[in-house]
Amino acid sequence: MASFPKIYLYRRIVHAKLFIDDHYCQPINLDDIADEAFFSKFHFIRLFKTTYGKTPHQYLIAVRIEQARLLLQKGAPVTVACYSVGFDSVTSFSALFKKIVSLSPSAYRQGELKRAAEMLEVPLKFIPNCFAQENGWV
Amino acid sequence: MNHVSIFVLDQDSAYDFYVNKLGFKVHTDASMGPGMRWLTVCPPEQPELEISLMAIAEGMMFKKDAAQQMRSLVSQGTFGFGVFECNDLVATYEELKAKGVEFKKEPTKEFYGFEALFKDDSGNWFSLGEKQK
Repeated sequence: MASFPKIYLYRRIVHAKLFIDDHYCQPINLDDIADEAFFSKFHFIRLFKTTYGKTPHQYLIAVRIEQARLLLQKGAPVTVACYSVGFDSVTSFSALFKKIVSLSPSAYRQGELKRAAEMLEVPLKFIPNCFAQENGWV
Repeated sequence: MNHVSIFVLDQDSAYDFYVNKLGFKVHTDASMGPGMRWLTVCPPEQPELEISLMAIAEGMMFKKDAAQQMRSLVSQGTFGFGVFECNDLVATYEELKAKGVEFKKEPTKEFYGFEALFKDDSGNWFSLGEKQK
C-alpha cells in the first residue's frame, strides 16, 4: 500500500473519520477535524465527501444519532441519550433522530424495550424455526 | 434471501469483530439457555439481511467429530463466506487495518475489479470490493 498513489491523503482522511468516531460526544467542530487531518477546511470537506458520501458534519451527526439509538435501545431516557452523544438541544436532537430513524426517540425507545422484553420471554419468536429445530431448541 | 450463516469459533469474539470492527448492527441477540445463543447482525445499509454468527457446537447440528472437524477447518481459514463491497476500498482498508483486521490481500487491481481479502476473528475470509462509481 505504500506505493499506492496518494495513500498519504487516504490515511489522513481515515484518521479524521476515526477522530470523529472517538470524539463524537465532545463539542468538536470542522476546524478541529480539518486540523487533525492537516487539511484546509474546503479541501478536507471535498475529500471526505468523495470518500464517505457525507460531509464531515453529516457524518458526525450520523455517528451521534447512531450512538443515541444504541443508548435508547438499552432504555436510556431521551434527554440522557441526547446530551450523552453531544447534542445540546433535545428539540433539534429529536428532529434529527426522527429524520434519520423515521421514529421519534421516545417511540423508538418504547419499541425497542418492548422488543427486548419479548426476546427474553419468547426467544423462539425471533429465531427461524428450521434453525431452532436443527439445533434441538424445539 | 433474508438469512445467511457464518460459522464462528466464539460468538462473543465474533460479536466484537462484526459489530465493533466492521460496523455491523446487531439485529437479534436471543438466548435459549446456556450455550444456545441466536446472534444475527446486518450490514448497516442492509437491515433486511440477517447474518447469523453460528457457534460450532456438538449437538443436533454437529456430532462431536463433525464439530471438531468444522472448528479445525474454520480456524485454518478454509471458508470464504462471501463478498462485501464498500464506497472506497483504500479508505476502508486503511480503517479496518487501523482497527486490527487481518488482511490476506491488500487492495489489488484484478482483471475482474479492485479487491482486498480480509479474515474475521475465526479465520473465515471475505472479499472486499469497491462499488462501481
